Amino acid sequence: MNNLREIIFGRLTWQAFQHDPIMGGAGVFMVVALLAIMGYVTYKHKWGWLWRNWFTSLDPKKIGAMYLIVAFIMLLRGLADALMMRGQQALASGANGYLSADHFQQVFTAHGSIMIFFVAMGIVFGVINLIVPLQIGARDVAFPKLNSISFWLFAAGMIIINAPLIAGEFSTAGWLAYPPLSELQYSPGVGVDYWIWSLQIAGIGSLISSINFVVTIFKMRAPGMTLMKMPIFVWSVLGSMVLVMFAFPILTATLGMLSLGRLLGMHFFTAGGGGDAMMYVNLIWAWGHPEVYILVLPAFGIFSEVVPVFSKKKLFGYTSMVWAIAIITLLSFTVWLHHFFTMGAGADVNTFFGIMTMIIAIPTGVKVFNWIFTMWRGRVQFTTAMWWFIAFVVSFTLGGVAGVMMSVPPADFQFHNSLFLVAHFHTMIIGGVVFGAFAGFNYWFPKFFGFKLNERIGRWSVFMWVLGFLLAFTPLYILGFMGATRRLDHYDASLGWQGLFIVAAVGVGLILVGIGLQLLQVGVSIWQRKQSLDTSGDPWDGRTLEWSLPNPPAEYNFAVIPTVTERDAFWVAKHNNAQPSTDYEPIVVPENSGLGAVVGSLALVFGLAIVWHIWWLVIVTLVGVILALIISLTRDEMYTVITTDEIKQIEAAREGAAA
Amino acid sequence: MSDLIRVVDAEQATRNERKALGFWIYIMTDCVLFATLFATYAVLHGNVFGGPAGKDIFNLPFVLAETLILLTSSFTMGLATIMAAKGNRHQAYTWLAATFILGFSFLMMEISEFGSLIIDGNGPSRSAFLSSFFTLVGTHGLHITVGLLWILVMLWRFYKHGLKKQDLHRLSLLALFWHFLDVIWIFIFTIVYLMGSLS
Ligand code: HEM
Ligand SMILES: [Cu+2]
Repeated sequence: MNNLREIIFGRLTWQAFQHDPIMGGAGVFMVVALLAIMGYVTYKHKWGWLWRNWFTSLDPKKIGAMYLIVAFIMLLRGLADALMMRGQQALASGANGYLSADHFQQVFTAHGSIMIFFVAMGIVFGVINLIVPLQIGARDVAFPKLNSISFWLFAAGMIIINAPLIAGEFSTAGWLAYPPLSELQYSPGVGVDYWIWSLQIAGIGSLISSINFVVTIFKMRAPGMTLMKMPIFVWSVLGSMVLVMFAFPILTATLGMLSLGRLLGMHFFTAGGGGDAMMYVNLIWAWGHPEVYILVLPAFGIFSEVVPVFSKKKLFGYTSMVWAIAIITLLSFTVWLHHFFTMGAGADVNTFFGIMTMIIAIPTGVKVFNWIFTMWRGRVQFTTAMWWFIAFVVSFTLGGVAGVMMSVPPADFQFHNSLFLVAHFHTMIIGGVVFGAFAGFNYWFPKFFGFKLNERIGRWSVFMWVLGFLLAFTPLYILGFMGATRRLDHYDASLGWQGLFIVAAVGVGLILVGIGLQLLQVGVSIWQRKQSLDTSGDPWDGRTLEWSLPNPPAEYNFAVIPTVTERDAFWVAKHNNAQPSTDYEPIVVPENSGLGAVVGSLALVFGLAIVWHIWWLVIVTLVGVILALIISLTRDEMYTVITTDEIKQIEAAREGAAA
Repeated sequence: MSDLIRVVDAEQATRNERKALGFWIYIMTDCVLFATLFATYAVLHGNVFGGPAGKDIFNLPFVLAETLILLTSSFTMGLATIMAAKGNRHQAYTWLAATFILGFSFLMMEISEFGSLIIDGNGPSRSAFLSSFFTLVGTHGLHITVGLLWILVMLWRFYKHGLKKQDLHRLSLLALFWHFLDVIWIFIFTIVYLMGSLS
């Protein structure tokens, strides 16, 4: 009987569904929310519509929007985790707090992994999908079906990382799962497996995406748009995607080896059997350092678009910006060891990596100066997007200085694994990626919705965010100096840290107010959209091609592919009074495809099955993926053709709506 | 209507161009994956942990035979592509089938090598050296398996539809993949087997 159960359900038992009240509550909340949404969709008979218009859509604008929706929901999850940790550390002075040590460890592991893989990466891929084709004058990405597969793999990974709230427990080994703690011997449960397979599946999606966008950028630019005439955002995406191309296979291999150790008892990183744990640490950071630039380069790109538009000047030092991106891309593979100077590699090695780290700060500094020179003597409009940029400069400079401090190996022996480090990387990631995303959101919102966001509430949200952010993280720098290490679920009262932890908790409260204001900003803007309507398609007097299109762009983006002669192509066209061509040609668009959703669902079940050792299901889903791919790849490609008459009609209807 | 055909044809041509570039980039990412496994092998190959070292278990003549078989299969794959490009369907079909048989033999030999190692108690969990050996060589074997599947699908397409233009393009990508696996194997043969047997 027991044997049969094991064959059918693997390690999954009823006990797996029993949780302590906090985790159980979160799980119940998640299930109820999900059921409510599904009930609503069923009630409204919207499943067919969702499937046809969203789930199977190959339009990168829709895929991008889905990435952003997932990223936003995950941001809320990650914030809830952050709140729990801040609450715990504010309370746990000489006491145990309200979370058990084990639960606290799951929380910081989940927070870190979710924020990086499903918030930051989701934002990056979402924005890239939305903006890159528009900016290079393309109608689509190079491989629309693969794009959909990438998204659904991302979504599958997202579900797997949230599944522990319902069944089993999550990893307690931190967001990078260092061995030997993450090996079977010390983490025998399902937690680390959840972590591995969530990241593995989402990571393969990212890898596929990078190939897609590199080919898109190389092969699908509008005629005349040479590489040195591309918008800087596109350049920064190119840098970022090249990094994904070279870094993510390392992650795939490393996660693969970790799981071979756990599944088949192999010895790569184990303490016994001749394994070498530091091998893992080296490999994971050979991926991990490039990863931070993968996240921040597109954010730099967003600022490079926002600053010139709102300064009414062309970007200062375009060529140096391109070089800075190229150099950062290259050098980010030469600094990984700065994450573990304490390994004991010796003075020579540490010196080399310390110096490389300082060198990579130079092109980053060049970029900051270029933005500031762009503003200099410009007619600067302090819109919300611009305020996000200013918030970014402040926090990025602060975090950058802390980073250079840590790049000095002897000093890093003090900072390593302290809250000083935690403060540093949050200043970079929140200040860079998150503020960048918010700037981009305010900037590009009218392009997709046809009206601008409320400026006043927007400014207030920036203000509250920055205030909260400084309150939440400056104390961590100080605590780090006082010797507080990271990942503490409690500490001795005599250390006198509690005051600062309480300040940090208050800071998070203010951040929440900031987020509330952002939601309010969107709500009020929708409410009063009549007053901020934009019918021109060009609300900010923009410079790049996306602003030449009506809001929102048609499915095919460009009725006629523009010809580019200069940088800032749209700006030039506007000032030459160039009229858009109406020499329409039939347009070929790919037909919807359910392949992405099918592969994603199979990958989801595959991931869950392997976590729970349900081998028959692993085999079934694997065969399913292979069959789905074979069937879809051997089928002749399906196109829909939009005829010139239809284009004329669509474009005329849009003109009518705009007038 | 001719307008439509022209547009769709042009679209198909540019798509093939994109696919070729995309496939090259994919091959590059796979190179990075193998590089990671090679690096791991390089670090761990001395950690035998009381178990056998490379020179105790490698059977060089056997591996040499494997290598020759794989190299020949790359040659037959080349012939298949040339014949297909010439429109010689029968020859293309035959050479592709030959490639499959050679590739399949290679895979069987690898599996028998793995099997006998495991039976002797020298499986992948024996030591860090063996873990990295099995993973590196096994990952190559997994790629070969995928390649074989792909060849089967191609054979089936040729059989059913003849030499469609689109299939010729697919065949060229398959050939690229197969030659790439050949190159990786040369590295494995040299670094793992040759250097392992000599030291
Ligand atoms: C918005 C407000 C945020 C707050 C208040 C916050 C708070 C925290 C806290 C309290 C920790 C644990 C520190 C410790 O080890 O003691 C932490 C860790 C971490 N956070 Fe955040 N965080 C925020 C946003 C983010 C974002 C946006 C990201 C990335 C995109 C991020 C990535 C991480 C990572 C990677 C860790 C390390 C987890 C580990 O130790 O394994 N956080 N954060
Ligand atoms: Cu780094």
